[in-house]
Amino acid sequence: MTLMTESQQLAYANAQAADGRVNVELETDDGMVLNMGPQHPATHGTLRIIARLDGEQVTSADVMCGYMHRGYEKLCEVRTYPQVTTLVNRIDWLGSFANEVPFILAAEQLMEIEAPPRAMWIRTILFELSRIANVSLFIGDLALQLGAQTPAFLAFRDREFVLNQIESVTGGRFHPNFDRIGGLKDDLPKGWIADTKAAMGRLRSFCDDMEGLVYGNEIFQTRTRGIGVIPAHVAQSYGLSGANLRGSGVDWDLRRDANVGLAYDQLDWKVWTHPDGDSFSRCWVRLQEVREATKIVDQLCDGLPSGPIMAKVPRIIKVPAGEAYVATENPLGAMGYYVVSRGDIGPFRVKIRSASFNNISIAPWLLRGVYVPDIIAILASLYFILGDIDR
Amino acid sequence: MADDTATTDAPEATSDVVTDERREALLAVFVEHLGDGVIEHHLKPGAGLWVRVATEAWALAAEVARDKAGLRWFDFLTAVDWLPSPYGRYEDSAVDVPFPPPMPERSAAVPGYAGGDSRIQVLASVAKAGTDLRVILKVDVPDDDPRIATWSGIFAGAAWHEREAHEMFGIAFDGNADLRHIYLPTEFEGHPLRKEFPLLARVVKPWPGIVDVEPMPGGDDEDDAEATEAEGGDA
Repeated sequence: MTLMTESQQLAYANAQAADGRVNVELETDDGMVLNMGPQHPATHGTLRIIARLDGEQVTSADVMCGYMHRGYEKLCEVRTYPQVTTLVNRIDWLGSFANEVPFILAAEQLMEIEAPPRAMWIRTILFELSRIANVSLFIGDLALQLGAQTPAFLAFRDREFVLNQIESVTGGRFHPNFDRIGGLKDDLPKGWIADTKAAMGRLRSFCDDMEGLVYGNEIFQTRTRGIGVIPAHVAQSYGLSGANLRGSGVDWDLRRDANVGLAYDQLDWKVWTHPDGDSFSRCWVRLQEVREATKIVDQLCDGLPSGPIMAKVPRIIKVPAGEAYVATENPLGAMGYYVVSRGDIGPFRVKIRSASFNNISIAPWLLRGVYVPDIIAILASLYFILGDIDR
Repeated sequence: MADDTATTDAPEATSDVVTDERREALLAVFVEHLGDGVIEHHLKPGAGLWVRVATEAWALAAEVARDKAGLRWFDFLTAVDWLPSPYGRYEDSAVDVPFPPPMPERSAAVPGYAGGDSRIQVLASVAKAGTDLRVILKVDVPDDDPRIATWSGIFAGAAWHEREAHEMFGIAFDGNADLRHIYLPTEFEGHPLRKEFPLLARVVKPWPGIVDVEPMPGGDDEDDAEATEAEGGDA
């Protein structure tokens, strides 16, 4: 571990001294196998990690998923297009609305219909609210996994402001199922804009709190800085996306660079990157993105165009034959749907490209050579949702 | 993307010809380096590029994509079974039809964009970070022995995707040493995303939601998708 600073080495030495009893057990001749999960409190979900250890150091790690595989790709083949949104809501359950958007956009692309501008703007608002709800919880959860209790409670408290806003539009706190081919189910309720702007103010102060409380914390910095470094070319070859990619210095955001009809090109906002590629930079980029998202929502609320929220679509939706791939920048990273249609009422084949699957596939490479406590910190910083891995 | 077409294609809008120079240049890179390896392509201006390569050129195509075309970001790898499902959409109750139903003719497998000769095709997507450029590469896999070269040496992220395609479609990836099941239990038999694999829950109990739009009260326009240009909000 040449990347460790002196203070980090000191922290490890202290940790090892404190865990002397455990170390005796771990120091065997041919290494020890440490099994984490599938029901491990630190993996938030049923992810299983089998690490082979040499003392406190990981010599190889195997990541096993599939404990929650629900076979959405097969199920999509027997559902109609409007029914698919109900399924895909459950992929990344913390940012459900964002799961619906790329699928609906892909279906709209095949049908060559475009949702009215107002629908696109409200979609964008809800998309960003999903991001805020999702990533603000990540920040609390991150601190929890590194041993701090308070930020998790603050995150749950402040996320509620966002969930309330999502609920008052869609009727669903976690699974809105609100997006329709050609537009949205309903318009915004009265007074919603003002409430949302107030909530965004709350979330900005949450970000400020977290920046001082978590990111400025010495323990947090020691446990994340210089740990789990992913160089940019490795990140690209594993297909990392979202903050994991931007935390490695790759300036790419599908919202800006490959926008598919959403309102991002009419707003003034910034894509955050960090050159270090370590655990800290990934977490830092996420925090900045929450703050940026609150500003995006403010702008969207100000400039919301009037008009209908639903385009003219047939009552029975049949999508013309063809293939379409639409990916959007979801809270966890790039999420896309490859939709193959045969002109039927349901898709012929749907490939769900979820962000977490690629993001966690780097774990065996990344965990090699790290110390046992860092497994938790690194996995937390990669940020995955089990439903998004297993689909 | 919207302003792309607005700026670059505005003069040509009158002649009704939409060109996409960036994606055509990308295609030219593949044609230049793969030669006959590029069998067919499909270009949707402003939306996407599909390139079908020869089975032997699959590994080389990945190298060309990464090193020559600059598509360094690995997106996904999967497969499509082009055979129609013998179960249809499971509209029929299990007592009415024999189980398992007869398999559709092999000729019923119609490939999608960029064509194809095999029943199962592997497709992969790679993109250029910082842009909206992406190529979807397709390749035929032989019907009798579904086997293709691995991409995991070129794009490390392909290893897991190949494991998934291996268990879901039964495709062997030469050179990928770790093709253990990733989602399914180790002892699981069959390949669930192949069309002949039944979705047993549906066979046992037909899905009540297959009729998506119920007839309007008092209306007589059911079963006629073309005639029902109703307001979408009512549906």
